[in-house]
Amino acid sequence: MDTKLKNYIVKENGDIILNMGPQHPSTHGVLRLEVVLKGETVKQVVPHIGYIHRGIEKMCEYDTYKQIIHLTDRMDYLSAHMNNEAVCLLVENALGIEVPERVKYIRVVLDELTRIASHQLWWSAYGMDLGALTAFFYGMRDRERILDIFEESFGSRLLHSFNTPGGLMHDVHPNFQKHTMEFVKYFRKKLPEYHQLLTDNVIFRNRTQGIGVMSKETAIAYGVTGPSGRGSGYSCDVRKIAPYGVYDQLEFEEIIYDEGDSFARYMVRMKEIEQSLNIIEQAVDKITDGPYTAKVKPIIKLPEGEYYQRVETARGELGVYVVSDGKKFPYRMHFRSPNFNNLFVLNTIAKGHLIADLVAISGSLDLVIPDIDR
Amino acid sequence: MHDRIYDFSQLTHHIDQALRSVMSPTWTVITELVIIGLIFLGFYALLGLFLVYAERKVCALMQNRIGPNRVGKWGTLQTVADLIKLLTKELVYIKRSDKFLYNLAPFIVIVASFLAIAAVPFAKGLQAVDLDIGIFYIIAVTSLGVIGILLGGWASNSKYSLIGAMRSGAQVVSYELSVGLSLLSIVIFTGSTRLSTIIASQADGWWIFKGHIPAVIAFLIYLVAATAEINRGPFDLPEAESELTAGFHTEYSGIKFAMFFLAEYMNMFLVAAIATTLFLGGWMPFHIGHWDAFNRIMDYIPSIIWFFGKVFFIIYVIMWFKWTFPRLRIDQLLKLEWKYLLPLNLINTIIIAFIVMMGWYF
Repeated sequence: MDTKLKNYIVKENGDIILNMGPQHPSTHGVLRLEVVLKGETVKQVVPHIGYIHRGIEKMCEYDTYKQIIHLTDRMDYLSAHMNNEAVCLLVENALGIEVPERVKYIRVVLDELTRIASHQLWWSAYGMDLGALTAFFYGMRDRERILDIFEESFGSRLLHSFNTPGGLMHDVHPNFQKHTMEFVKYFRKKLPEYHQLLTDNVIFRNRTQGIGVMSKETAIAYGVTGPSGRGSGYSCDVRKIAPYGVYDQLEFEEIIYDEGDSFARYMVRMKEIEQSLNIIEQAVDKITDGPYTAKVKPIIKLPEGEYYQRVETARGELGVYVVSDGKKFPYRMHFRSPNFNNLFVLNTIAKGHLIADLVAISGSLDLVIPDIDR
Repeated sequence: MHDRIYDFSQLTHHIDQALRSVMSPTWTVITELVIIGLIFLGFYALLGLFLVYAERKVCALMQNRIGPNRVGKWGTLQTVADLIKLLTKELVYIKRSDKFLYNLAPFIVIVASFLAIAAVPFAKGLQAVDLDIGIFYIIAVTSLGVIGILLGGWASNSKYSLIGAMRSGAQVVSYELSVGLSLLSIVIFTGSTRLSTIIASQADGWWIFKGHIPAVIAFLIYLVAATAEINRGPFDLPEAESELTAGFHTEYSGIKFAMFFLAEYMNMFLVAAIATTLFLGGWMPFHIGHWDAFNRIMDYIPSIIWFFGKVFFIIYVIMWFKWTFPRLRIDQLLKLEWKYLLPLNLINTIIIAFIVMMGWYF
């Protein structure tokens, strides 16, 4: 073997540089992690992003606010509804539009259904990351039920773009409430299976407990939000600290674990599913009859100024920042996406662990790559 | 009397006589070797296809799916279709890979698993060679496979392959000890390494029942260690999909990949066959003490069915492991072997030696 080849595989001090991605089973998208390895131990992780950059923020500058809704779906496609809602809330608050009560409760139900679907998909994929391939099918089986509810009402299953400034695109299906309640009942029965299959497994616990410990300080310093931040004891649930919609009228707990390891992040999501079910149960009954949208002008123009709105997506805090010059297009639009911050903490918490742990840690951060690149 | 109904040695004896009557003794041996080789080749291919199909169906059962159901009745021809696809696929060569070793590796792996079949007793009188050192032969030959994995990983010029191969080396070498020790416990019971003697000693009861709790412990350790030795889940670290894409065979395509794949399933069969032969009585039927009527009914089931029934039961258990458990980490894997299984196994072996010395078994 010539020396050139040898240098290519191993550096002089014995380090191996391994490119995980952009095509790799456990980066869940086109993310490239440049990993410096000493044997199997991770010395450094350098994330390289931009493989799925579509210039969504720039495209927003040439779209009306109603068109922007459809672009936000394509960021974090697993919390499409929350992304829509962020832009809608921003426009509604800026113009002082009063949204009908019916719409508010439907939005909450949809938010939480999306959150459950997202956590189910994450649970499935996390099982696969750790080699428990069967978990994937159990999660997908139940997620299908939620997607069926979406399909019935909106016609699409993943990117439904159902929100519009002032309300909803059209009314939900008459069976929406009935089917949602049926799902809640069904899923309460199925959730213990998830714990039997993965949570209580000795191998799973050994693979996640004490792995990738993120202190509260680190979480705050890197701006890690959502379940990943709450697993480190950082109270950052936007639904609690800055309630929007009708979240202040509903009873639910903010799940916080102090351990900060992968298992804590896992448990936060599992408990959040239960909380989401509680919220849905409360909110479904309060969906009253009424209009599905407030009266909004066909062309929305925000008054000159800066606007910011944040919501809690399934992965953390999504912030929408708009600078308006009074025209029908925003002058500048910026998204503070949760995944971007959640990704870059990886180097800090994965250092010193093994490759297998790197997969377990990046899985527990629940990254959606299109949201990072936008 | 009924013992003789299903005795394959009569059949082989007749064939031998017929051949000897038409040709010289040397040619008889050569012809017989060729016949045995062809039979094994066909058996190997068919069993490989069947096991892949079985794995997909078992996996589907575990995952609330139907599994392959389009090609042929119940999807039985799916694996054949897959094989044709793999055979016609282009072989990809990696720049700067060590061509000779790269091409050699899959053959070493497959030859290692093929060699061991020779000593497996499939049924009464159906065994190619009954070696004095039957168990040692199988252990020695199957562990050659790791050389192929190491070569493949090294010659591929890919870091994923390299890491996978190194993991495999560490794993197989460690678990070889536990496999060897748990098989040793049965050798102590029997006092022989000849497989036919071991089976004959289980005529009145399988070792897993006769050998008290130590034999059960040895059996369980063997099952775990052997699963690890053949790189099956949850010990499939060398090919850990979510970490190393496909581990040591990342860079292999087409039929070369199929060889690695086939070898994995054949190794699984061998592991199950050894477990059956040593712990579950091989092709011996299931007998209970003095229930003569029951025992006689059991005797009427052909020995080959007993053997394959037990083998497929163990294969099912091994598949069950894979589709239920998450994967271990490399340090946990080695810790499991060196800290728990090996000490337990050593103590267990001493206890068995003591039991045998005092004659405390049936």
